[in-house]
Amino acid sequence: MNQPKLDLSPKVSDEIRKTTCYMCACRCGINVHLKSGKVAYIEGNRDHPVNKGVLCAKGSAGIMQINAPSRLKAPLKRVGPRGSGAFEEISWDEALQIATDWLEPVRRDNPEKLAFFTGRDQSQSFTSLWAQSFGTPNYAAHGGFCSVNMAAAGIYTMGGAFWEFGQPDWDHTKLFMLFGVAEDHDSNPIKMGIGKIKARGARVIGVNPIRTGYNAVADDWVGITPGTDGLFILALVHCLMKAGKIDLTYLAQYTNAPCLVNGDEKSPEFGLLLRDDAGKELVIDRKTGKLTPFDKKGVKPDLSATHRHAGISHRTVMQHMAERYLKDEYSPEAVAERVGISAKRIRNIAGEIARVAFDEAFELDQEWTDFRGEKHKKMQGRPVSFHSMRGVSAHANGFQTCRALHVLQILLGSVEVPGGFRFKPPYPKPATAHPKPHVGVTKGAPLNGPHLGFTHGPDDLALNEDGTPARIDKAFTWENPMSSHGLMHMVISNAYAGDPYKIDTLFMYMANMSWNSSMNTGGVMKMLTDKDDSGEYIIPRIIYSDAYSSEMVAYADLILPDTTYLERHDCISLLDRPICEADAAADAIRWPVIEPDRDVRGFQSVLCELGAKLKLPAFTNDDGSQKYADYADYIVNHERRPGIGPLAGWRMGEKGLTSGRGGVNEGQLDSYIKNGGFFVEHIPDGAQYYKPWNAAYQDWAVKMGLFDAPQPYLFSLYVEPLRRFQLAAEGHGDRQPPEHLRQRIKDTMDPLPIWYDPAPENRVDDYPITALTQRPMAMYHSWGSQNAWLRQLHGHNPLYVPTKLMRDNNLKDGDWARVTSPHGEITVPVLEMAALNENTIWTWNAIGKRKGAWALDEKAPEATKGFLLNHLIHELLPPKGDGLRWANSDPITGQAAWFDLKVRIEKTDAPTESQPNLPPIKSPVGKDPGDLVWKVGK
Amino acid sequence: MTTLPEKTQKKLGLVIDLDTCVGCHACVISCKGWNTENYGAALSDTDAYGANPSGTFLNRVHSYEVQPTPTSDQPAPEAQLIHFPKSCLHCEDAPCVTVCPTGASYKRVEDGIVLVNESDCIGCGLCAWACPYGAREMDAVEKVMKKCTLCVDRIYNENLPEIDREPACVRTCPAGARHFGDFADPESNVSKLSAERGGMNLMPEQGTKPVNKYLPPRPKDTLSAPAGDIDILAPYLEPVGQDAKGFLGWLDKTLEKL
Repeated sequence: MNQPKLDLSPKVSDEIRKTTCYMCACRCGINVHLKSGKVAYIEGNRDHPVNKGVLCAKGSAGIMQINAPSRLKAPLKRVGPRGSGAFEEISWDEALQIATDWLEPVRRDNPEKLAFFTGRDQSQSFTSLWAQSFGTPNYAAHGGFCSVNMAAAGIYTMGGAFWEFGQPDWDHTKLFMLFGVAEDHDSNPIKMGIGKIKARGARVIGVNPIRTGYNAVADDWVGITPGTDGLFILALVHCLMKAGKIDLTYLAQYTNAPCLVNGDEKSPEFGLLLRDDAGKELVIDRKTGKLTPFDKKGVKPDLSATHRHAGISHRTVMQHMAERYLKDEYSPEAVAERVGISAKRIRNIAGEIARVAFDEAFELDQEWTDFRGEKHKKMQGRPVSFHSMRGVSAHANGFQTCRALHVLQILLGSVEVPGGFRFKPPYPKPATAHPKPHVGVTKGAPLNGPHLGFTHGPDDLALNEDGTPARIDKAFTWENPMSSHGLMHMVISNAYAGDPYKIDTLFMYMANMSWNSSMNTGGVMKMLTDKDDSGEYIIPRIIYSDAYSSEMVAYADLILPDTTYLERHDCISLLDRPICEADAAADAIRWPVIEPDRDVRGFQSVLCELGAKLKLPAFTNDDGSQKYADYADYIVNHERRPGIGPLAGWRMGEKGLTSGRGGVNEGQLDSYIKNGGFFVEHIPDGAQYYKPWNAAYQDWAVKMGLFDAPQPYLFSLYVEPLRRFQLAAEGHGDRQPPEHLRQRIKDTMDPLPIWYDPAPENRVDDYPITALTQRPMAMYHSWGSQNAWLRQLHGHNPLYVPTKLMRDNNLKDGDWARVTSPHGEITVPVLEMAALNENTIWTWNAIGKRKGAWALDEKAPEATKGFLLNHLIHELLPPKGDGLRWANSDPITGQAAWFDLKVRIEKTDAPTESQPNLPPIKSPVGKDPGDLVWKVGK
Repeated sequence: MTTLPEKTQKKLGLVIDLDTCVGCHACVISCKGWNTENYGAALSDTDAYGANPSGTFLNRVHSYEVQPTPTSDQPAPEAQLIHFPKSCLHCEDAPCVTVCPTGASYKRVEDGIVLVNESDCIGCGLCAWACPYGAREMDAVEKVMKKCTLCVDRIYNENLPEIDREPACVRTCPAGARHFGDFADPESNVSKLSAERGGMNLMPEQGTKPVNKYLPPRPKDTLSAPAGDIDILAPYLEPVGQDAKGFLGWLDKTLEKL
């Protein structure tokens, strides 16, 4: 035996620089190992609160982003027709001058004619400030086409939702129920949590038409019919209420279940909650039998009370819920066929939830004091937790479905308790503590407040005096009154139609609107390239910023090339979408761990300069000079309110460094870098649970600057703002919906969760199969799946077809099928999948690429066999014959209803490539460097 | 031909939990990153942005659909999807070593790791043919045989903090489905885990005596089964009232007691 002698301790790197990943929305801490100044290896940061050392495939593949041939190299000016990809490189001075020359007159004369929408933006508190200072009402990020149903339903119901808002109590939960298609959000914490609870034998139930990813490891997989989650959840509510398996103490103390609903049918407040003169919800105190404000010290709210006054009975929310959900229409037997789950199984699941929630309940030995001043010796645990991916929200009934899920967990008393679902700071934060939408435009001046927010009734709608929509996307109008994230998917369509008005400049960031980020992709390309009678483009000017040669680049007139995430400053701010954990507040930075080797600039730094050139007040000093030299300067020196800046760590207090509230500290970024790129502050022990009602948490949150005064509140099983819109539709008030929307508002904006079927509007009778998409875990939210390593994992995307449909259509693996929707058709390769709802087909989203984009060879499988379902989905519903443009969106929030897509399939002869097969675009960056051997050390 | 050691002092290897692996490929890419930069030749990618991209990977995840056999408890079982990560299993009777004509492939006597000494590898590929698991890959650019090293350049590396001295795939696995340790020690984490959860050899009939063990998926979909004669969950759903009125009567009585 002659073994070679190995060097078992080779040098790993010269230096480790710790920053934040940007390969998806998860924002893990990463250790970037450098050799001779080059990136040699990326691993997870063990100290980081999000990922605690682990890292997903995307994160480790980040090294292939910084050498990607698709990186844009310099600012570009369009020289050929739009869509051709013909550009010339220009200097930054010229690029910024062009943008200034375009935008200056817009701001002076018609600020609303700038539509500024950002996609995978993680700096929304910054980009929105820019848009607000510019003065346009037309700003939003991608939430409206992604997940606003999830976010808004959570905030209106309980002051927070899943994802960045909260997480299961992984240390204590014993039953974890996961809803919805998609394999992420948030990426690593979910995997870590599932691993943790499975290691101790807790049960995971997955409710998802597709058994992949988390559903593959779920102990029980419920292959539900798409779009029926709400009905299934309400059947669980039916079973649990009927069996009395609900937490009465919790409901009485912390929710509006005991609040009294105005029962006077003649009153303009019919259906609203009774309140005292100070606006506080009223309950009946079981001790006195009298009407009492909900938060009075010592009050015992009565869940079953009826308040009789002047011949009218006002009953509690709990009574209204009992009347609705105990009806047989919500019984397992009544819903089984529609949801595709047997009544027996629905009962088994409800029974298991009841068993774990109540038989396995436990207490933590932790004293706490509630907002009424009552001391509790222990914390009651309820070890059932829920989570949802975006699938359930991407339907036109998604808002009410997400509401139903939150109502279910509140009925169990499992929100913000040990073993249940826990909020992450700055949540909990009720809808009333968020801004309302603002659309007050003044020429040459800032908007009158933040663009996005939460409406609480018709008065908050973003309407002009004549009742027309103030925003280009028609957010906060009668078509979708509670559209808290805007409707990015309607911007181009509306601007093209001039409905509600034409715009001058479309300015976008990281939003692939001419490809996978739009419904009706082919139609959008036409809208972006069509000209009017005078030969001008109908959307006259398009400015776009991206780091890579995405499909959208070809459709812009001016390209502002961004850096990769390892070459830039960023802040993951508590003012934005934070990275906190349930037991800690946290924020983080990115910093340039390497310098760009191209003439590119961080988009936010470019906005600092452009803002100053346009004399935007937020970006200009009193003497007219540029206020923030770059984004790093903004991160350190901007104060949103006195003492509150983008970063909460290492602020300057009166007696030295402090956290949360404090003055500007010029050394702040250095402190972050020294600490590994992040800041974390733990929530005190007694404040860890019951946060909305826990006096210790409320005080801590005020100290940290999360809010300015304690704001305890009740969870809203019954959501009054919905009822206010219904009241308007019933004829109350001055602001009235148009006639064609009146009935829909009455039907859908129910203050208690309901389920309705979007399938008929999508012509399910002719198109009986549901078609879905999801991104694979190794690519989810990943900006650039041209990544050399990741594309070898998922380089093409077959259409997965369940066994029954394969047989019915005489299909076998590798055959091709024509898929037809009311809007269009595609021809694509198929593959059988047995672990799939028998009437659902699906594919991986955004694998398909346009020829010429992403610096891929035109023969790359992404461009020849890859495909998008987007060609089948229209931003409008099929015409109803009334001449109106009905958005393919949730009627409450405007969320894009991607997953309401109905199709039929048929076998077809194999074409040479997937159809539609669009002509190539000219790559502005060249393509295909061939073989890759990326070893930076010797 | 190359001989195997009669016995190794340690048996280092992995436990891979098929009940927990979500198929995210984190281990695949972390491995690719570490081993491109470290031990021996880089792991290349040919035609990286082209029509037929093909890279060298030391660890891959395959996904298999499984249709369970009907039983009396589950007469119509749902199909399942199993994610199956696969890399070198560091077999005790490794046919890839004995087939090697130059001695380049060898099994380390101190810890049992199977390695390729790249300077002696002639790229003949016999070892890859001999491996029944398809765990070795010839690098298309360097023309040298690549395989899992169990991160031999990490696990003893004094330039790494002690906590990081484990294979890259184990360190990165978000679901905690991968475990590293010494199977020669019955008290090690991997030995105990394997004993508790019924750790299995991959293709035992090949006689290779793999060191790595796979933990089988736990029984699934038990809530869909008819649970025998007595429905143990039914009592939890015993109605307190048949309708809203009955429910409110129960509510009132219960609230009195609270």
